Amino acid sequence: MVSPEDVEKIANLADIGLPRERLGEFTREFNAILEYFDILDAVREDAGEHAREFNIMREDEVTGSLPQEEVLALARDSEDGFIRAPRVME
Amino acid sequence: MTAPAGDRFNAFITRCEPKPGTTGKLAGLAVAVKDNISTRGIPTSCGSKILEGYTPPYHAHIVDLILAEGAGIAGKTNMDEFGMGSSTENSAFGPTKNPVDPARVPGGSSGGSAAAVAAGMVPMALGSDTGGSIRCPAAFCGIVGLKPSYGRVSRYGLVAYANSLEQIGPLAGSVTDVCRLMGVISRYDPRDSTMQDRPFAPRLTGDVKGLRIGVPSEFFGAGVDPGVAETVKGAIGILEGLGARVVPCSMPSMAYALAAYYVTCTSEASSNLARFDGVRYGPPGDVRSAWHDAFRVIREKGFGEEVRRRVLLGTFALSAGYYGKYYAKAQAARRNVSADFARIFREVDVIAGPTMPTTAFRIGEKTAPLSMYLSDILTVPANLAGIPAVSVPCGKVDGLPVGLQVMGRRFEDERVLEVAYAYEQGAAR
Repeated sequence: MVSPEDVEKIANLADIGLPRERLGEFTREFNAILEYFDILDAVREDAGEHAREFNIMREDEVTGSLPQEEVLALARDSEDGFIRAPRVME
Repeated sequence: MTAPAGDRFNAFITRCEPKPGTTGKLAGLAVAVKDNISTRGIPTSCGSKILEGYTPPYHAHIVDLILAEGAGIAGKTNMDEFGMGSSTENSAFGPTKNPVDPARVPGGSSGGSAAAVAAGMVPMALGSDTGGSIRCPAAFCGIVGLKPSYGRVSRYGLVAYANSLEQIGPLAGSVTDVCRLMGVISRYDPRDSTMQDRPFAPRLTGDVKGLRIGVPSEFFGAGVDPGVAETVKGAIGILEGLGARVVPCSMPSMAYALAAYYVTCTSEASSNLARFDGVRYGPPGDVRSAWHDAFRVIREKGFGEEVRRRVLLGTFALSAGYYGKYYAKAQAARRNVSADFARIFREVDVIAGPTMPTTAFRIGEKTAPLSMYLSDILTVPANLAGIPAVSVPCGKVDGLPVGLQVMGRRFEDERVLEVAYAYEQGAAR
């Protein structure tokens, strides 16, 4: 079981924002889902075969990129070829 | 926001004037494209407010491919926000309605693409399938939909939600049209490093003599509507009548496949969706506030409930102290699902069962998130194992379409389509 305080803490970690009035219901739903996930406790690693995923790498060759003006225009707030972002330092 | 004119089922988020070419394998055809597939010059919202005003500066690989073969883009279709849902109710642009019965959901998350095909607005459409998002709406709307093998279609330009699970795939009214579109979109692209270069060459003969069809008991277990089970068994009987052999089998990992899926997809989503920060695209944050504050405010406003829920679940599943209990266990479960399939495919050529446990439910009917998740129980195993799976219409229960799901070995997409074709032709006789 997680508490409303736990859910609030996770929301802060995720920078997702959770309206206060939704906290109670979110916590209830969260616990119902986590309770369902408990079935994973029964999983034993079966040494059975399985296909391993792999990436197909290419040579590191220089290719064209998107036009800078088009990309900067999407940001809506740019200056001298840079995108303006909120302050990182407190 | 309102539906574009002439779109009674709210299938589209953006309508375009299709300008198909006169030559190529898709000459003269208008294709609808799910709104999480990037289209240069056409807004791409993923059904979310967080991408309001975003117009990609490039085409997804598959968009380049269909345009080069003469298709025109009919528009961008409605979807559950970022693909997170099984009903297309979780869209910032309002729910899509099922053309078979507008009081019901079309399924999701590619509900707009399926509805556009089922309503006859387009002959074919593109969707994406992370845990059933092509097959579910295909089944609910009475059309054909393929989730290709993982690595068979380039994901370059697909807005990522859970990238170890998802594939782009075709939806159409017939198996032949699904093959036609698949033949175009499966062309190799080195920009998706998980893609393998394999030519797509199905042989649609209708012949299934000697084919061994595995039928896992778990696909007809608790939670599967008896009418749906009966209809699908009847469809498998038609394949048997054509000379296929049914082999009863068992998939014990089905007990935890759904939990493994939801832990995996939410974990991947919590990482993938961190890119929506209001800095490089989408509604901008306040640059005067501190980073985390600006980020939180933008994401609180921009994301809907289900996205928030999944990002929270994923953050939790990956957090210190819980990683071993959730994420690591889910990956072990996922390997067991793959091992179960590998074992069954030593004895059989394809596996068949229902696509969905029920027919299309009513809009607004499923309010608890978990009850919505449970409707994915029969589709997620194919995503966990990366195998191909097709849904083909196989009859109706109380006037609502039922889908027969055919799964195959990885990269045997042709075979599942050949079996679906044999069923389609056999049922029409």
